[in-house]
Amino acid sequence: MKKLFPILSVLTAILLSYALYMALIGAPTERTMGNVQRIFYYHVPSALIGFMLFFVNFGASIFYLIKRKPAADILALVSAEVGVVFLTVNLVTGPIWARPVWGIWWTWDMRLTSTLVLWLIYVSYLFLRRFSSSGETPTLAAALAVLGALCVPFVYFSIWFFRTQHPQPVMGGGGSIDPRMLHVLLINWLAFSCFAFLVCWSRYRLEKLQRDVDQAHALESLMDPRGSVR
Amino acid sequence: MSGNGYLFAAYAVTWIIHIAYLGTIVRRYKRLQGEIEALKKTGPRS
Repeated sequence: MKKLFPILSVLTAILLSYALYMALIGAPTERTMGNVQRIFYYHVPSALIGFMLFFVNFGASIFYLIKRKPAADILALVSAEVGVVFLTVNLVTGPIWARPVWGIWWTWDMRLTSTLVLWLIYVSYLFLRRFSSSGETPTLAAALAVLGALCVPFVYFSIWFFRTQHPQPVMGGGGSIDPRMLHVLLINWLAFSCFAFLVCWSRYRLEKLQRDVDQAHALESLMDPRGSVR
Repeated sequence: MSGNGYLFAAYAVTWIIHIAYLGTIVRRYKRLQGEIEALKKTGPRS
């Protein structure tokens, strides 16, 4: 496993470089928006990976609530944290695209607002995990994660249910896209998915190590200098 | 700002966010390594 990580890191770096090249040079230039449209190759995969990670968080939280396995709790925490990072990228790149295309940075449209609310739910989840000292924190967080996951389909399909300024979804929706653009989008999605997997892996190892160290500190505080338990 | 400027800003901010997050992981890992070294120095007491 220790050898696999550097190999996967190198492969992911190559894939990300290729995806960047395709997004900037390989993909055709959109006729009306010009180069600004290329923001889409980072904006859309960030949202999709954020949603995927929130579903991982949902699954891990349910598993934790049923089986009480610490590994599931760690996976839930890690997936939420990395998911928030990706959704932050989505929320930041969206307005940068909107400014030249719509003429405004932000509008309180259903898709944008629901995405912001989803982000706030998962940020509050992370705050709960970080600052609550209760022994029941993982259980409370798992319950909040279930609520948060219910919002993900709402955010995705909000474009169908409400009149919105946001473009239609490229996959599973009414939007259409040039096949060459779709190809570049899928490459970027794959590259960022590999990147997200590696980040989650590192974060998982870190969290596990942190818990082992915390346990060692707790054991140490129970021992007296001669080694007997107090 | 031109279209290229917005494009550059979006790509740059994406990587700044990811690199900043990776930086927090590396910082936490280093702090943890320090704690592990301190625990090793304390040594097994039993």
